Amino acid sequence: MKAYAVNHPIGDMIRGMLPAPWAAAANGALAVGLIAGLVTVMAIFLIWLERKVCAHFQARLGPTRVGPFGLLQPIADAIKLLMKENLRPRGVDNLAYFLAPLLPITGSFLVLAVMPFDHDLQVVDLPAGVVYVVAVSGLGILGILIGGWGSNNKYSLLGSMRSGAQLFSYELSLVLCMLLIVMASGSASLREIVLAQQGTVLDWWIFKLPVAGLLAFALFMISSTAELNRGPLDLSEAESELTGGFHTEYAGISFSMFFLAEFVNMFASAGLGATFFLGGFLAPRFGVPPLDWALALLPGVVWFFVKVFALIFLYMWFRWTFPRLRIDHLLSLEWKFLLPVSLANLLLAATLITFKWMLP
Amino acid sequence: MPAPSQQSDVRGEGYALPPGFSLRETRADGSQEYFLNMGPQHPSTHGVLKLVVRLDGETVVEVVPHLGFIHRAIEKMGENETFVQYIHLTDRMDYLSSHINNLCVCMAIEKAMGIGVPERGEYIRVVVSELQRIQSHLLWWGAFGMDLGAVSAFLYGFKEREKITALFEELCGARLTMNFFRPGGSNADVPENFPARVKEILEDLKFSLDEFDVLVSKNPIIRERTLGVGALPRERAINYGCSGPVGRASGIDFDVRKHDPYSVYDRFQFDVPLGKHGDCYDRYMVRMQEMRESIRILEQAMASFPGGQYRSKEKPAYKVPAGSYYANVETARGLYATYMVSDNSFKPYRIKSRSPNLSNLSAINEMSQGGKIADLVAILSTLDLIIPDIDR
Amino acid sequence: MEGEMPQPAASAPDAGTPIMPGDGKPSLRRFLGDAVNMFKGMGVTFRYIRKPSRVVTREYPENRETLKFPERFRGQVIMPHDANGDHTCTACTLCEKACPNGSISILTTKNTASKRVLGAFVYRLSSCTLCNLCIEACPFDAIHMGAGFEMASYSREPLDLILNKKEGR
Repeated sequence: MKAYAVNHPIGDMIRGMLPAPWAAAANGALAVGLIAGLVTVMAIFLIWLERKVCAHFQARLGPTRVGPFGLLQPIADAIKLLMKENLRPRGVDNLAYFLAPLLPITGSFLVLAVMPFDHDLQVVDLPAGVVYVVAVSGLGILGILIGGWGSNNKYSLLGSMRSGAQLFSYELSLVLCMLLIVMASGSASLREIVLAQQGTVLDWWIFKLPVAGLLAFALFMISSTAELNRGPLDLSEAESELTGGFHTEYAGISFSMFFLAEFVNMFASAGLGATFFLGGFLAPRFGVPPLDWALALLPGVVWFFVKVFALIFLYMWFRWTFPRLRIDHLLSLEWKFLLPVSLANLLLAATLITFKWMLP
Repeated sequence: MPAPSQQSDVRGEGYALPPGFSLRETRADGSQEYFLNMGPQHPSTHGVLKLVVRLDGETVVEVVPHLGFIHRAIEKMGENETFVQYIHLTDRMDYLSSHINNLCVCMAIEKAMGIGVPERGEYIRVVVSELQRIQSHLLWWGAFGMDLGAVSAFLYGFKEREKITALFEELCGARLTMNFFRPGGSNADVPENFPARVKEILEDLKFSLDEFDVLVSKNPIIRERTLGVGALPRERAINYGCSGPVGRASGIDFDVRKHDPYSVYDRFQFDVPLGKHGDCYDRYMVRMQEMRESIRILEQAMASFPGGQYRSKEKPAYKVPAGSYYANVETARGLYATYMVSDNSFKPYRIKSRSPNLSNLSAINEMSQGGKIADLVAILSTLDLIIPDIDR
Repeated sequence: MEGEMPQPAASAPDAGTPIMPGDGKPSLRRFLGDAVNMFKGMGVTFRYIRKPSRVVTREYPENRETLKFPERFRGQVIMPHDANGDHTCTACTLCEKACPNGSISILTTKNTASKRVLGAFVYRLSSCTLCNLCIEACPFDAIHMGAGFEMASYSREPLDLILNKKEGR
């Protein structure tokens, strides 16, 4: 499998300066460092954003004390969590208990490697990027499962069993939505998917395929909410039922890894949503020349983040509005409703693509 | 695999079975029932109630409530306090109906000593009791939302409740433990701006209740989670002694305010909302409608709020003649009653409180059998238990 | 109330019929109505985030200067003193008798005219339930409920207070 070339000026400069194997190593180290920085900054910013948005949904102020607008609050929280003892309850399975917190964050880290932030701002552009994304995001599920199993607590066990059932089910409709996009774009590379949406706003896949695109977007949002373990589908955590679900027994740095992964996952998932449906890093164009020219002044990476944050706001809005589903309702929602609808939608989209019944 | 009770030394605390509790044998397919301690520290028991739940997977087989974590022997303490001093202890039973609890003790003393209450005093009692009922239901609504996962509802409920709590603070100086009513009336007259404040609160409340309906009552997830969950048939509810919204949701048309009117409740027009099936949804709807009925009562009371004395002449000491006396009221959770026995002294010989929560809790095993853990949480939430009132 | 439970009255409003779009059976109309209701619910939360004026939070230590207490606020018991440092307590011990938990002890002494006067008004805040009964019992208006509410301390000793500044009246 050969990856497409990503020709960012900085990467090209390093390639010009160093011999090939050294340049690859230097570029790789640079990419890993940048992604690690992005993960940290995003997680901290998103924790702050979630607390602020949640507070204003609830007629509160949210963090205000640490730093301007409480911006440094997550850093203070992080320091607190790092200083805490990393508890090991009696009777836990050592390997499982300490391995579990590392897996979800690794999964979201790996997803970000193929995320196209801009035309040439991407770590690697795999031809089968979508397949890769689906594969590595499974690590998160694994982390939750073995964390709940290993921590010798019935609440954790219940939470992880719930999440096992939930995440494997919702993976199906999520993958079907992705399949639809791959079918429409004619490529499984994330960058190719974005580039297939060039043109006006109406060329984005959410609008381009009449009905099917919008429906796929709705299905993507619902099933990715379930994949993210966020309310209203946060059954594996279910604070009011299972106290903390799979991370009941975790404290300190182990807990913060789960916590961090939740937010980085949200970022990765919103990034995928923007890439698949909202034209990724492409600036929106409305077919009005002066306006389009003005909008295109901003670099693609800014547009990418604007779209991502719009989707993140949507996730937060869901979470702070809706009550939680019950586990059997959740599963019948997937198997009796979302999955058939996804299949029908896939069929509809295939028909539309075959007969070219798309918006001009 | 040995029975869980034998391996407690290996696998840590919490694996020994609680006393009086047994699990069935391992079945042929190797599956086994297990038990889960919900509480005394659990987010949805709203206090220190411990539920030992026998589970089959996620299905509830049996629920055994363990009480007594917050037992303070209030009734025994009452025997060492004068009748008036006992009033402030009732604040600490059902702390969301403290005004109404105070009222019940006062009514028993009034019955015993033949003390009358001036008309303004009676109106103050009704207005304050109904405000207390709305305040309690608002808190319940918020907690219900939070238990079912709609955390914003919790804050909205508290936001509205805060207005009434602030009014109580102006009225009697306290927000939770009121100690406001006295035999013959209340300890103080209402502040001058009280009627205006009540009207303002009622206007805000009508708007908020409509908003609450949109956010929670009409939400299909809430409907799916509550409809048909935890059904308690009428006969069973009567046998368990359920009262208040829990009993009325099961179709028991019993409200002390209507069927044994105390104070001046017989002067007001209001309806008693009734459910049909006694499920969580009915309990929810009964409480939502009760808030609207309370608004109706308050509007009528404020329209005809009389002047004059707020308290009949105060006695230097309350020496209750020998005998036994009983008074009952309708708190936000049901029938609250005080039964006092006096031996012609300043202190009660025995004082007994009938709390609605203990009877309502006793139905939980029957209601939650066969449901999921999430259903148990919904049932606990719609029972609207106040744990200090169960233990006393 | 003796005898059997009253049967449901004909006029009682019905809380047992669920609010749901459509006729109660799964149908497209019910599905669409539910979807609309979910979006309306999102509208309710959005109205809050759109209007920051609906925020009800008050930031406590910052607003300590502007905190207003209702006139009847029940904080800890205080004994007001006039300009000369005198109080109106006559050591009649009515408050001590009215207190349900023995939080008040009146220690008396004799003044030069060998009249019984107040020696020390001992008030144990740690056992006080702020029930207002002592203030009601006082015939001389010598004690009040103050607005103090920041009563936390690291030990019990600071909670045993002597309210009068000097002996006698």
